[in-house]
Amino acid sequence: MGFIIVVLLVISALGADFLATHDPFRMAPRQRMLDPSAEHWLGTDQLGRDVYSRVIYGGRIALWVSLTAVSLSLIGGLILGMLAGYGPRWLDNLLVLVFDAVRSFPTIMFALAMVTLLGPSIPTIITVIVVASIPVYGRIVRIQTLSMKETEFVLAERALGAGPVRILFSHILPNVIGPLLILASMEIPVVITIEAGLSFLGLGVRPPTPTWGSILQDGYQYIRDTPWLVIAGGLPLILTTLGFTFLGEALRDAFDPKLNRH
Amino acid sequence: MTDLLAIQGLRVRFRTVGFVRALIDRIADPYIDAVLDVSLKVRRGETLGLVGESGSGKTTLARAVLGLVPVHSGSINVAGRELVGLKESEYRAVRRELGMMFQDPVASLSPRKNVRNLLAEPFHIHGIRGVDTEAEARRLLSIVGLHQGFLTAYAHQLSGGQARRVGVARTLALKPKMILADEPTAGLDVSVQGEILNLMNELQRQFGLSYLIVTHNLPVIRHVSDRLAIMYLGRLVEQGSTRSIFAKPAHPYTQALLAAVPQPDPDKRRDQLELKGEIPSLRRRPPGCEFHTRCVHAQARCRIEPPGPIPLGDGREVRCHFPLV
Repeated sequence: MGFIIVVLLVISALGADFLATHDPFRMAPRQRMLDPSAEHWLGTDQLGRDVYSRVIYGGRIALWVSLTAVSLSLIGGLILGMLAGYGPRWLDNLLVLVFDAVRSFPTIMFALAMVTLLGPSIPTIITVIVVASIPVYGRIVRIQTLSMKETEFVLAERALGAGPVRILFSHILPNVIGPLLILASMEIPVVITIEAGLSFLGLGVRPPTPTWGSILQDGYQYIRDTPWLVIAGGLPLILTTLGFTFLGEALRDAFDPKLNRH
Repeated sequence: MTDLLAIQGLRVRFRTVGFVRALIDRIADPYIDAVLDVSLKVRRGETLGLVGESGSGKTTLARAVLGLVPVHSGSINVAGRELVGLKESEYRAVRRELGMMFQDPVASLSPRKNVRNLLAEPFHIHGIRGVDTEAEARRLLSIVGLHQGFLTAYAHQLSGGQARRVGVARTLALKPKMILADEPTAGLDVSVQGEILNLMNELQRQFGLSYLIVTHNLPVIRHVSDRLAIMYLGRLVEQGSTRSIFAKPAHPYTQALLAAVPQPDPDKRRDQLELKGEIPSLRRRPPGCEFHTRCVHAQARCRIEPPGPIPLGDGREVRCHFPLV
């Protein structure tokens, strides 16, 4: 189920150029706020742009931002977490301190500060999300590494003469990557909502670039005139969130046979 | 020089409480000595059995030799080379010459690697090129008596005995001079225990290996070791030839250990020599002879004066004021 939604989402993002029926940027002042019709499947917005096409292109942005942000923070968290877990004690203490410090900021506040400093743009959003979520992955990797450091198979590798790089990447990594990928797929909807939230607040992707958050924002402003904009921006957000969460849970069940007791 | 391994006055300490805790609770000595003042030798081609109760420091001693736990003081000499003070990177070459078998045969194999990769790994670790690792893996498997079909198996698909054989094959890959075996028979069926011991015996003859076998299984060690070292609270209390120790233990602790071995003959009555009480805490070592709290022969002197290692006539050494021979 989750997998199907995710696949559909990826197809619509990749094929946005073919799937969109109109240019998402073209304004048509005479065709403002139309209800859904055969011509405009989801109607038009206050500037007369085709909402269906904007939703499709918005999905591309959402997916691009979330996949980039999640994979960067996954890699960052993996490396820092393994360093903290396997490295010297002082490094561990330092990294845990940094993780806790970063996590103590509410993400939205942190994002507001960063956007104010760097200006709203997609790279800024990605940076904010990466910095805020590295500790989430880092902590899990650190704990797993710590618990694996004293296991007999790691000792056995050391006894054979294996260095820390080999132990970390060829023996510890394969054992932590499973839970981490599950977490990542569950983090993707969170990231998409953060991106939509920031765009909704006007701090994310700059208009006129179509994003779900900015479609929602338009809908919010014109909700007295038409419900379609809010529905068009909100529904894909809900579906995507559900899809990735289902996918994450399916992955978790597949990776962890102990949970498979229906 | 016939000594392959020579340990002198070895001491391994572990910190039990953190620096701040120690200050707050006014703990003057936040360390425990897991291994204390241990001296022993293993000759080429010889098997030394290291025997003691759980927590007596046997495993720590073996791990210290491989540099897996930091040594506080003393000396470890392997084939004329001093190991204490070597940097981690310098230790790698040493680990080529010393193999280690860990207690849990299955858990000591990396869970996400198949046997083929596990057997090829020692060569990759030491950057040995020009080796056909596939052929080597097959050769090693046949040495330890495993079918080639195991090449694609993962650790969790192996039984204890099979995993043990894979572990042995891995240590043999680098042609070590000595193998330190930590409870090589623990957790195995008696018949499998026998197979593993026969295999170890066979390898010793074939490759001239020396063994240091850590165990608490006395019937096993009696058959495989040339000499014994008995450990109590991190110290060696007695060492000497296996035959002489089994014939006539000199230390009361050794005597009690030997008496605790179950006898197959129910009619054979033996003097019941039970150990009183628990093994004392390493944090609070008893004064004098550390065994006096449990010793049936303890006298006033034992409570005050720690006994030094006393050489007995037959090449044995014992830490007791009143040896039983």
